[in-house]
Amino acid sequence: MDMNHHNNSGWSVSFRVFRQKTGKDAHYDTVKLEVDPDEYVIDAIERIWAYHDRSLSFAHACHHSTCGACGMRVNGVEKLTCITPIHTIARNGGIVQVDPLRNFPIITDLVVDMGALYRRMAQVGHRPVVPLAEEPAGMPVRKSNNGEYTRLSDCIECGLCISACPVAASTPDYLGPAVLAGALQHGIKRQPGLLKLVDSEDGVWRCHSAFECTEVCPSYVEPGTKIMQLRRNVVSERFANLFRSNR
Amino acid sequence: MDKPKAIIIGAGFTGVATAHDLALRGFDVTVVERGPIANGTSGRTHGLLHCGGRYAVKDHESAIECIDENIILRKIVPEVIEPNGGLFIALTEADLEYGEQWIEGCEACHIPIEELKPQEALSLEPHINPNLLAAFSVPDGTFDPLRLALAFAATAKSNGARFHLYSEVEDFILDGSGNVIGVKVLDKTSDTNFELRSDIVVNATGAWAGQVAGMAGADVPVKPTPGIMVAYDERFCERAINRLCPPADGDIALPQRRMMVVGTTSYEVEDIDYVPVTKDQIVKMLERGSELIPGIRDAKARGIYMATRPLVGAGSVGRSIARTFKCFDCRETHNIEGLVTITGGKATTLRLMAEKMSDLVCQKLNVSVACTTQEVPLLSYRQFYALPN
Repeated sequence: MDMNHHNNSGWSVSFRVFRQKTGKDAHYDTVKLEVDPDEYVIDAIERIWAYHDRSLSFAHACHHSTCGACGMRVNGVEKLTCITPIHTIARNGGIVQVDPLRNFPIITDLVVDMGALYRRMAQVGHRPVVPLAEEPAGMPVRKSNNGEYTRLSDCIECGLCISACPVAASTPDYLGPAVLAGALQHGIKRQPGLLKLVDSEDGVWRCHSAFECTEVCPSYVEPGTKIMQLRRNVVSERFANLFRSNR
Repeated sequence: MDKPKAIIIGAGFTGVATAHDLALRGFDVTVVERGPIANGTSGRTHGLLHCGGRYAVKDHESAIECIDENIILRKIVPEVIEPNGGLFIALTEADLEYGEQWIEGCEACHIPIEELKPQEALSLEPHINPNLLAAFSVPDGTFDPLRLALAFAATAKSNGARFHLYSEVEDFILDGSGNVIGVKVLDKTSDTNFELRSDIVVNATGAWAGQVAGMAGADVPVKPTPGIMVAYDERFCERAINRLCPPADGDIALPQRRMMVVGTTSYEVEDIDYVPVTKDQIVKMLERGSELIPGIRDAKARGIYMATRPLVGAGSVGRSIARTFKCFDCRETHNIEGLVTITGGKATTLRLMAEKMSDLVCQKLNVSVACTTQEVPLLSYRQFYALPN
């Protein structure tokens, strides 16, 4: 529930939910729910499961945007459903359509297989816990820290950016926004082979700068901006290598 | 000889940690979970890696478990932990008075604490209440709940454990004498049924343990006790900030990524599949949280949710129940062979819970392999997705 918008009136909202079981046709089921407009979309989905349809499957864990499990498309837009209040999506009497993320294989209903994302994040050496001083942009780092504190990184591997990316839709081989941003976090010089991996057809040069990733990112990563930065780093690294090989 | 077969129901903290432990001890392990990993209480923990201080006055057993396991988890799964420590701060005379017993309790439970002058505490954490009367630094931490569970599950998988997610146990398979010899499962991804047989079934369903044991005609004295958590959209500190007071509503504010999480409350409910949030509890978290960190009053709520603790206890209520855990052998309690239950406990003690559960399983099946989980570093949580099932 989002207490920033006090509204105690009960709403009636229809949830149109994507359903698919292995080997069976996909369809939508519609369930009308009484909701508090301040409730989050995941609350409504969990209630559909608890009281209306036990066969509904969906991914979720932390319910406060630290785990990244509950990403879905809500009325066509990628959302982390645990921090998306219903009143930001629909009005009283309205419809909320819930679909699984795009550009990942569907396991069932609202659940997708995010294995490729996790594998690639490991491949580019993205660190889940980082020294506070190294986390880029936006976080105030106090001088007294001296790099002694660490914290969980911004990227929660929710996959929203990959679902929203028009290029990821065109090829599954594209590393994708979260992964390229993850490569920048680690720094391309630190890991052998990383420059080659990102400086490639399926790496930084595949991005068309649509910035849909930055638009949907719920966790301050701004992958689009990071990809542009990574391109600059890649180019300077190429020059540096040229210089090294000519010596 | 064939490996002994264990089925574990539930892929919350206890289930995945027990899968890891039993897989290391040579069991053929299958985990059956009706949703994804850590979708119930485990995923929704506030993520405090307890130093034990919260329990140091009245519940020494839990306090000692917490400090010991805190040290082990930092060692075996650093990838999911913000290891930045914590503070206990006193804001009232009553807090100061409680502090005297608390210092003794921490000493008795070997929790290392260090008294700081209020000014020292404020220089470490400038956003805490400037009117604090006393402060102690403690070895708290913060963890990512899902990734902690995934790291145990990944390591279990690498040792041969199989995971059936989105698969619900609909019934037990019983032999002619009512003993449990397997489970009947609905695979919700394909809407198909299958059966699994095993030498032992471990009921690791936490707050749901009573319901699951009930399918075999047993019961478990578990009291589902929900509490609220509110995540605010701003990070005010690096350490977990605890109120130096007896366990109470909203006695902790902890950082995680760019947020602060304030928790929690404590009451009992019947239906735990969906526990609604109530607005009076949200207001309480805001009030209590901003006593610890005044800036919380103006921060935006980002996520508000309920988690249902599985408290074990007959006769006592709410916060008077010890936060330790218990293993139940259905042969002892209901003369049903083949089913054991573990419930209670805390996220911080997941590894220890799994050790005791696995000890009981080994003892029942005459397997003499010692626990090694306190020494074995876990694989990266990402391996859960990379490894074949």
